Amino acid sequence: MVNQEDRIIIRTENVNFYYGEFQALTDVSMAFETNRVTALIGPSGCGKSTLLRLLNRMNDLIDGCRVEGRILFEGRNIYEPDVDPVEVRRRIGMVFQKPNPFPKSIFNNITYGPRLAGVSGKADLEALVERSLRQAVLWDEVKDILGQSAMMLSGGQQQRLCIARALAMKPDILLMDEPTSALDPISTAKIEELIEELKKTYTIIIVTHNMQQAARVSDFTGFFYLGKMIEFNVTEKIFTKPDMKQTEDYITGRFG
Amino acid sequence: MTTTAIRYRYIKQTVFFGLVRLSAFILALALGGILAYIIVHGISALSWEFVTQPPREAMTKGGIMPAIVGTFYLTVGAIAVGLPLGIVSAVYLTEYARQGPVIRVIRIGINCLAGVPSVVFGLFGLGFFVVMLKFGSSILAGSLTLGFLILPTIIGASEEALKSVPQTFREASLALGVSKWQTILRIVLPTALPGILTGSILGLGRAAGETAPIMFTAAAFFTAKLPTSVFDEVMALPYHIYVLATAGTNIEETRPLQYGTVLVLILLVLGIDLVAILIRATIRRRKKW
Amino acid sequence: MEEKRHTSSHYERELQEVKEGLLYLGALTEKAIEQAMGSLLERDSALARRVIAEDERIDTLDMELEERCIKLLALRQPAARDLRFITTAIKINGHLERIGDMAVNIAQKAIALNDEPQLKPYIDLPRMAEITRGMIQKSLDALVRDDCALANEVRQEENTVDCLNDQIFRELLTFMMEDPRTIHRALLIMQISKNLERIADHAKGVADMVIYMVTGHSVRHQYPECPDRNA
Repeated sequence: MVNQEDRIIIRTENVNFYYGEFQALTDVSMAFETNRVTALIGPSGCGKSTLLRLLNRMNDLIDGCRVEGRILFEGRNIYEPDVDPVEVRRRIGMVFQKPNPFPKSIFNNITYGPRLAGVSGKADLEALVERSLRQAVLWDEVKDILGQSAMMLSGGQQQRLCIARALAMKPDILLMDEPTSALDPISTAKIEELIEELKKTYTIIIVTHNMQQAARVSDFTGFFYLGKMIEFNVTEKIFTKPDMKQTEDYITGRFG
Repeated sequence: MTTTAIRYRYIKQTVFFGLVRLSAFILALALGGILAYIIVHGISALSWEFVTQPPREAMTKGGIMPAIVGTFYLTVGAIAVGLPLGIVSAVYLTEYARQGPVIRVIRIGINCLAGVPSVVFGLFGLGFFVVMLKFGSSILAGSLTLGFLILPTIIGASEEALKSVPQTFREASLALGVSKWQTILRIVLPTALPGILTGSILGLGRAAGETAPIMFTAAAFFTAKLPTSVFDEVMALPYHIYVLATAGTNIEETRPLQYGTVLVLILLVLGIDLVAILIRATIRRRKKW
Repeated sequence: MEEKRHTSSHYERELQEVKEGLLYLGALTEKAIEQAMGSLLERDSALARRVIAEDERIDTLDMELEERCIKLLALRQPAARDLRFITTAIKINGHLERIGDMAVNIAQKAIALNDEPQLKPYIDLPRMAEITRGMIQKSLDALVRDDCALANEVRQEENTVDCLNDQIFRELLTFMMEDPRTIHRALLIMQISKNLERIADHAKGVADMVIYMVTGHSVRHQYPECPDRNA
């Protein structure tokens, strides 16, 4: 067992996932510790993003997909029929590969989710906006232009806005799907720095193609290949002495 | 390659380009010709009285104000009927329906609807709205008929607009724990709306000029008074032209009136199109995703 | 161990070049030890001077290899076995360079000894030198073949060399006690013995790094059991 049992916030148990006939995940069991960064790595199509999207039921949106096994969030299977996926997604936020702010003002981008979740009152919303933007280390850059369109921010700023937007829902877990793949190195460094800060408050699970990034930001790393979780361990171990040959081949660039 | 071969190829190319230019030129000439012809013949009839007065002396004198007003009401009615119905259908087709045989049949149905001749819509309107639902020949019946006529256009335009809303917007909203319905209402529709409007208005411009669907359902041969309720008959520009040109008391003498009315109708349709173009231009400038 | 090729053949070649560089450096040090000992046994001071001069090549190669490794670290961001190989290479490189320096020390002592009559026939020293040279060779073979068993053998042999060193020390002590005029020569011989013992330490260091490279576990400060170590 890699993780400490009492620190686990979400775990998958023997999860299989199918897109129609195609089996995208095979028997994945892994656990994620609270206030830690866990990175999922592996070649394209290995199932790492699929797993990430299973954790907040984003795959529900795809026609003809099927989940087997259990995903326990705080001890409860989120795929039970009486669980509302909307509620799951409020607790487990997500940041995507490409920055995707809404074509609204910066302020409204952040208040959009909380408002629909029932937060009202100008003062409350303003406090929430400031808190979220500060957490995403964007406040100083945008505090004077909150009314302007989010579309005019730079790519890196947009991605931090998307993180702030997710944080405004006060989630427990933040899922990040290759959050820096569309950004330049400086913006990437800022996001990585931010991840380091955020893990004090949130649990972060990040999918990345950049192995150095996984090595830099994560505490635990899971290596996926062909829909299977090949190896899951402390990041340092994975990058110095992985147990599995496939992992070693992948991270040293001897793959395929 | 020999010089002759090169020259031969060059000649071929010149001839081909010449033909392409010619056909484009013919098209522009035809459009310009029609416009010029109508303007030349109709401009003399155009006056302040012409657009603000009802017809007089068995429609051989006076203006066409009731017809302008009637067309305006019918157009607004058509959009009031077609737009909500069309948008809702498009939302269902693109956002909710699982793609399968049923949806394919519905789509084919919509496409067929677009190909149905407008006179068939007119007869359907007569049989269903006027007679069966006892609306009589009225703005209501005519608006409903025109609304159904432009429905395929609106659905098509709306579907395109909805599909062009980036999937990432939907994902971002859903990932924030917002329900699908709220996502469509607050993110997808507002983003798609300018596109929906552009497409719909272009379709509407076409509907405003249709004669067949309204001649059985809404249009009056002559009425000097303006409508007071949706159950009143109205005059309409296309039908007025038709009447003047085929069944007027003095067809030859009223030629200028006919051309004047045509000119007004064309200006109206072009005006509607212009609105659509302006909306599209505004979105293009704003759109950055 | 079946080895997949790198996606980047250039990278593969650069790693290979580091490995070959280490083997070449190892060969140079072995030769230096052999010649330094030869100069002592054959009382050939010219040979000893050649050893001292040749050390420059070892130093140059050492710096060149280190530079290559740093370049690989900076440009390729190696991970897992490549990372372990390069860090291992840097350390092995250091060990080998020190071995070269010790061969020079031996050669210097040999020159000094050659100016005086031979104190005693050398029996244990050549044995010690032979074992030490063998240790270097084996540890580098272990590096080439990822062979932990061979590396462990080297670690065991270090005990033998230690014991020989102790034995020589006791023997020389008797010489010095019997006749103070032998002290100068005895101390020189003592230092040669000490240098050989240090060389064996470095060879063991190489073997330790090979074990780390293969297994990922560091065995550097764990000593194999040696019953007569402090005897």
